[in-house]
Amino acid sequence: MRDTVILRVVVKVLLPAILMFALYVQFHGEYGPGGGFQAGVAAAAAVILYGMVFGIAEARKVVPRSIVNTMIPLGVLIFAGTGVVSILLGENYLDYTPLGSKPAKGQHLGILVVEFGVFVTVASTMLAIFYVFGGRADEADEKAKNEEGGE
Amino acid sequence: MVVTVIGIIRAHNLFAVVMLGGIYSFLMATVLVVLDAVDVAMTEAAVGAGMSTVLLLAVLHLTRTREAPLRHAPVIPLLICLLTGGALVYGTLDLPPFGQPDNPQNLHVAPYYLENSIEETKSPNVVTAVLASYRGFDTLGEVAVIFSAGIGVLILLSRRRRREMVVEDEGRSRK
Repeated sequence: MRDTVILRVVVKVLLPAILMFALYVQFHGEYGPGGGFQAGVAAAAAVILYGMVFGIAEARKVVPRSIVNTMIPLGVLIFAGTGVVSILLGENYLDYTPLGSKPAKGQHLGILVVEFGVFVTVASTMLAIFYVFGGRADEADEKAKNEEGGE
Repeated sequence: MVVTVIGIIRAHNLFAVVMLGGIYSFLMATVLVVLDAVDVAMTEAAVGAGMSTVLLLAVLHLTRTREAPLRHAPVIPLLICLLTGGALVYGTLDLPPFGQPDNPQNLHVAPYYLENSIEETKSPNVVTAVLASYRGFDTLGEVAVIFSAGIGVLILLSRRRRREMVVEDEGRSRK
């Protein structure tokens, strides 16, 4: 499956489109349907598609595991940190009004930042789960090969 | 959708079952689009049809792709399914009629959100405004759930691998 030329070419054409769509869903989420969660899954799907066709090792070169593992808590921190910032600015937790010059602008900025936090956590969690499962599958393959060689 | 469910029950090849599950999710997403819940439909298509299919395929790679033969007739699960299904259908009988403007869920906070969300958040998509701003605490909880789920999977699956490596190392040192 990994040696198919058609798959490789089609995936290469599709990948930028998928990533663009993810970013569109992310930053257009206030105007149209979508938001951090959907965009995160779409971005993770792009990397997963790459990993399935070109091998997980290649996907790990693009997005290393250390980055994925730091991104999972980072998203939660962005979200929770926004709440702390609004406390420091003298409002209730997760009330975004003081973030901008006008209350509505503050809300706008707050929603953007919080959605970005959701995006970071969702995308990296999906990727991490895929890496772990896929890594085990690769190990199983190697074991099977070794056993065949041993016999 | 009924056809796919019957197919899932009848099929013994787990690969076909996973694919039928993906098709079922896509059909569910179209139903949600018809109900005007585009945000939920997107999530269903991405997570239900995309992610879970990929993960189940990865799991199938590790296990066998044939269903194990049943050791006894599944009478008790069938009874439980019928009972829960019956209870749920009985519960829907008391629901208010679909889509009426004076239903309870349309009289609580929903009118406030619909009337004031554009002024207060400058966000034309009410769903985003409610999720990220009015209900920010709930969404923070959801992110925390995803976070803990990811950490849990990482801990469970990585630790076993480390133990295997330790066992291998011990085996080598004994030799």
